[in-house]
Amino acid sequence: MGDSQYSFSLTTFSPSGKLVQIEHALTAVGSGQTSLGIKASNGVVIATEKKLPSILVDESSVHKIQSLTPNIGVVYSGMGPDFRVLVRKSRKQAEQYHRLYKEPIPVTQLVRETAAVMQEFTQSGGVRPFGVSLLVAGYDDKGPQLYQVDPSGSYFSWKASAMGKNVSNAKTFLEKRYVEEMELDDAVHTAILTLKEGFEGQISEKNIEIGIIGEKKEFRVLTPNEIRDYLAEVE
Amino acid sequence: MSITEYNGSALVAMVGKNCFAIASDRRLGVQLQTIATDFQRISKIHDRLFIGLSGLATDSQTLYQRLVFRHKLYQLREERDMKPETFASLVSALLYEKRFGPYFCQPVIAGLSDEDKPFICTMDSIGAKELAKDFVVAGTAGESLYGACEAMFKPDMEPDELFETVSQALLSSVDRDCLSGWGGHVYIVTPTEIKERILKGRMD
Repeated sequence: MGDSQYSFSLTTFSPSGKLVQIEHALTAVGSGQTSLGIKASNGVVIATEKKLPSILVDESSVHKIQSLTPNIGVVYSGMGPDFRVLVRKSRKQAEQYHRLYKEPIPVTQLVRETAAVMQEFTQSGGVRPFGVSLLVAGYDDKGPQLYQVDPSGSYFSWKASAMGKNVSNAKTFLEKRYVEEMELDDAVHTAILTLKEGFEGQISEKNIEIGIIGEKKEFRVLTPNEIRDYLAEVE
Repeated sequence: MSITEYNGSALVAMVGKNCFAIASDRRLGVQLQTIATDFQRISKIHDRLFIGLSGLATDSQTLYQRLVFRHKLYQLREERDMKPETFASLVSALLYEKRFGPYFCQPVIAGLSDEDKPFICTMDSIGAKELAKDFVVAGTAGESLYGACEAMFKPDMEPDELFETVSQALLSSVDRDCLSGWGGHVYIVTPTEIKERILKGRMD
């Protein structure tokens, strides 16, 4: 039996002190498509692979990077449908904050609220943990910020991070390439290079997504045309 | 008689150069009978943010307690003080929650922003904000305060002159109102210090 006795009720600790359902959720993330984020001196970039199950899928209809508020964007590794639920909840939270204070929600606050939702789903009955990790990129009064939120509900602030397939390779690559005073454009280049490292097949503007936020505090997803220009510069 | 005039009050906030003043009378009455002559209507939220609550005293105190509670939680959560504009929105939201059974209060909010820019605002009992560049008034002596402030206000006053102006405006106004008076309580807030003074006026 081993762990299996403890793998149904997700709120039951195994004798070794683990919650196995959360570990399984992390496994789901680890086998998901690679995503990464880099914090530059004047902005943040997040990027992800967009591998589709068939060439017949219209790639322009798939949006893996979403914005939560005008100045906060998010990308995921893991299960797409779970991501949508979190995006909906986070947007609602951001809107409630705005309604109360007439001020955009700070990145830290939104991340904390989102993490709180993910934590709740590890301790409630009748639900399962989210099969996603998030990378949240934002720019507010405290400057550019990059957070990673995991299925357990823990969150960390990163200078650069990666998740999904090939995490360890991608992180090693980022550790080598990361410099403190990097500008946003360089960060985009580094992001593309990192994705390229573990990429199976030919990288193109159709099978990756990139989101950036700069000093204007406006998050946006790059268009395929813009991505193609960046790809040309990297080559 | 309206319930907002049950206890009597006079509140005024005025903007100066990188500073502001907020002042109130000290009377607490029950209709025409005076109960206390050292009543506090102005409270400090943090070092550069004040709120005065005119109207029904019991509601003012309850509302104040709720605002302090919300501000303390905000401080813990966000590890910073609220901006005056943000606080005004919070007050407005709390008041509108009770749209059909309101707190019988008209708040006056005055604060300094992080860039030392003064902010003043007032709202009605259901939270409709009224922003002003110069001065705001509230309470049973509101009408007379408008007149006095319009006559005496000058833009960009230094703290000392601002204190003189706001005190004169307050004292002359409460003399025209039976329900407020018995001296005044004035706060002058600059980026570096808070001056608090008690005024004596016609003590009747």
